[in-house]
Amino acid sequence: MSEIFADILIQFLNGLAGASSLFLVAAGLSLIFGVTRIVNFAHGALFMLGLYLAWSLIDLFGRSTLLGFWGGVLAAALCVGAIGAAIEVFVLRRIYKAPELFQLLATFALVLIIKDAVLYFWGAEELLGPRAPGLRGAVEIFGRRLPEYDLLLIVAGPLVLCLLWLLLHRTRYGMFVRAATQDREMLAALGTNERHLFTSVFFLGAFLAGLGGALQIPREPAQLSLDLAVISDAFVVVVVGGMGSIGGAFLAALLIAQAKALCIALGDVAMFGTIVSFSKLTLVVEFAIMAAVLVLRPWGLLGKPLALARGGSAHASPLDPPGQLFWPTSLFVLMLLAFAPLGGDRYLLVLMGDIAVFALFAVALHFLMGPGGLVSFGHAAYFGLGSYAAALAFLRLDLPAEAALLAAPLAGGLAALLFGWFCVRLSGVYLAMLTLAFAQIAWSVVFQWNDATGGSNGLIGLWPAGWLKDRTLYFWATLALCAAGIFFLWRTVHAPFGLALRAARDQPMRAEAVGIDTRRVQWLAFALSGAFAGLAGGLFAFAKGSISPDTLGVARSVDGLAMVLLGGVHTLTGPVLGAAVFTWLQDEIARNTQYWRAILGLAILALVLAFPYGLGGALKRLRGAS
Amino acid sequence: MTLLVANGLRKAFGGVEAVIDVGFAVAPGEVVALIGPNGAGKSTCFNMLNGQLAPDRGTIELGGKNIAGLPPRAIARLGVGRTFQITATFASMRVRENVQAALQSFADKSYGLWRAADTLCREEAQALLARVGMADQAERQCGTLAYGDLKRVELAVALAGKPRLLLMDEPTAGMAPAERLALMSLTASLARRDKIGVLFTEHDMDTVFAHADRILVLDRGRLIAEGSPAAVRNDPTVRRVYLGAGTMYGEAT
Ligand SMILES: Nc1ncnc2c1ncn2[C@@H]1O[C@H](COP(=O)(O)OP(=O)(O)O)[C@@H](O)[C@H]1O
Ligand SMILES: [Mg+2]
Repeated sequence: MSEIFADILIQFLNGLAGASSLFLVAAGLSLIFGVTRIVNFAHGALFMLGLYLAWSLIDLFGRSTLLGFWGGVLAAALCVGAIGAAIEVFVLRRIYKAPELFQLLATFALVLIIKDAVLYFWGAEELLGPRAPGLRGAVEIFGRRLPEYDLLLIVAGPLVLCLLWLLLHRTRYGMFVRAATQDREMLAALGTNERHLFTSVFFLGAFLAGLGGALQIPREPAQLSLDLAVISDAFVVVVVGGMGSIGGAFLAALLIAQAKALCIALGDVAMFGTIVSFSKLTLVVEFAIMAAVLVLRPWGLLGKPLALARGGSAHASPLDPPGQLFWPTSLFVLMLLAFAPLGGDRYLLVLMGDIAVFALFAVALHFLMGPGGLVSFGHAAYFGLGSYAAALAFLRLDLPAEAALLAAPLAGGLAALLFGWFCVRLSGVYLAMLTLAFAQIAWSVVFQWNDATGGSNGLIGLWPAGWLKDRTLYFWATLALCAAGIFFLWRTVHAPFGLALRAARDQPMRAEAVGIDTRRVQWLAFALSGAFAGLAGGLFAFAKGSISPDTLGVARSVDGLAMVLLGGVHTLTGPVLGAAVFTWLQDEIARNTQYWRAILGLAILALVLAFPYGLGGALKRLRGAS
Repeated sequence: MTLLVANGLRKAFGGVEAVIDVGFAVAPGEVVALIGPNGAGKSTCFNMLNGQLAPDRGTIELGGKNIAGLPPRAIARLGVGRTFQITATFASMRVRENVQAALQSFADKSYGLWRAADTLCREEAQALLARVGMADQAERQCGTLAYGDLKRVELAVALAGKPRLLLMDEPTAGMAPAERLALMSLTASLARRDKIGVLFTEHDMDTVFAHADRILVLDRGRLIAEGSPAAVRNDPTVRRVYLGAGTMYGEAT
């Protein structure tokens, strides 16, 4: 028994250490959101940058001296802060008035650019950092060893919390920050310079993220996947703690880190006649905490309700039923596409297949985001679960590909039913973050569940037999199914269900007052969108022959968002256009340079700054003007 | 038989008692005004009647069935239509579609995934819009309408469920005087023709005295007077409250 106690204690201390970095990132995210109302998707990237910069700067200043190490850590954090301020000045300042979604897209673009910048300067290899001088050893507690450095981290979190509290509550600057967070009009009345305030808050928030990263240097290697992993953890913390609440972020980071640590400490325990592996339950625990908090306190532990528009329907114009020429034109375009790869160009065949799949994915996502006003940051979950369901039905159940494909929309739809039940209880950024967190959980389950999913290796040998073996026939089948899916979703947007969905988005109170069950309508929209995203995923699996956890990674969710936002949220055909341009561009650039992400990011940034209403919206405006 | 009977309604927000032991009845076809100074608790009463808020205490009977605490959508389906103090319309939609969305919901068609919504209940929607004088603006986007027009769209939407009871929270706020009288005489004639009970709040006493069959007076959460316009007009308590609040009571007499 004392063995277990010692395990639990050591894991508890571990949990405290882990909570500190998480808290720093989440606090920065929360601070920036509170003041500028921007959800900084690039916050995880800033954390990663802090880690890499610390690696280099410590090297530069001298690894073995106290001054070298801590100077490096501090300098790295300051650099990241400066980068944050620069981002505010050069990018975000120009789009504060644009729809919320475009600000998001811009911060996505920054994620891509920062990732490639890191790749360029530090390479793709993992970098192992130096240990802190003077803290290289470990202390012994009940016969267990705890790194001395962890003790320092345990102190760092509460210390930063205290400093932040003093800054916010005891200084004039802090008063402005709190005023901006709580009451915009009061801020105006105080007569402060908003520009300076916003820039400095970005500096502070980015500094915290950078510090969180830099402090991790002795504990974890610097690697390129940290940006997205950290941002989704930070989102969970912020959602649980309450948007804009620093204390809430601390509490939530502590709670989540402790729950995870406890699971690891318990390990495998014999219970009810079976062995329960708690260490594999770490993610489920995170999920359970978040779900419980959101059901009991939808605004987080210490958060306050925010009056936020869901999808920003203020910019929406009426969705008129398609004109007489719309369907014939669409059919004609479809025919053209079907004949395009007949020349035997294998490359074109693959590209067109990808475009068809991603067009369906984007239309499914748009169905939720546009008419539904529910922004999903984690739509790859349904796409990827569709892929895996189809692949498992094919490999494990030995179903023919035609039948296995049925499992894809089923899995996507069921997952969306489950996740959507929680999501429709929230709105705005809370909802978006929750979708991301669910997706991240789905990803981790797929990644960890070696026996079923093949873990990080994924599943291979997904080549259909029979007529689908022929690549052209498979392309046609894909094209037909995707077109049918898109056709169905478009019909639905124009059907009474679509009208009810838009009603729930525009004015939920009024919708309820005319007898519409807004939550149920939105829930069903989630399921429909998930099912079609799943179908796209299933088709994708058999087109590629293999799948990996990347199929449901955050990067794919980001791709989907970029497609929809590029095309324009408030046009129906926009997402198809966006998917085509995005897929083609990605492919084209990726063949020519290793740094396709950065180029894509720069292109997105340029587009966002030039056309804050998307390509479809720009076309519509052009047409409207002429 | 009475249509609506509210009894002993109470609602507090934190420490603020917004509505205290309020009870009243509305008969079919009767037009009842609920008046009182700002913050008297009128909107809170409406919100309890349509399910937006659950009363802390008290009962609300609609046609003999207790509806207190039911969600708004259930109460709407039992025949209670309402308009909001701050107009709530579907801004991205055309005027006609606003009404169609309501009609389709009440006809249990909102889960239809295939048939086009555009043609469903279209004539009915046009007819309702014609009734409130908005037929010629049916194709305009709601977000671009003038305030007075929005109020009329709201009325058409509220009528879409063929309500037995219509709750109108400041239906004429922001309208020109002539428009006000027109809208309320329209409402009153619809009420009498279709036997709809109407409960409305209104600051303009001319409108109230011109159209109400009965008046309820609320002050700081309590019902302080109730009766025919003539009786309420001469009630000393009401006079005191209104004169104290410095409102336009005098010119109505
Ligand atoms: N959601 C709410 N939260 C807190 N207080 C409220 C809320 N709604 C109304 N109140 C308070 O209840 C009282 C009655 O308000 P209301 O019903 O809107 O009055 P009226 O419509 O007669 O002007 C006021 O003091 C108001 O401040
Ligand atoms: Mg009111």
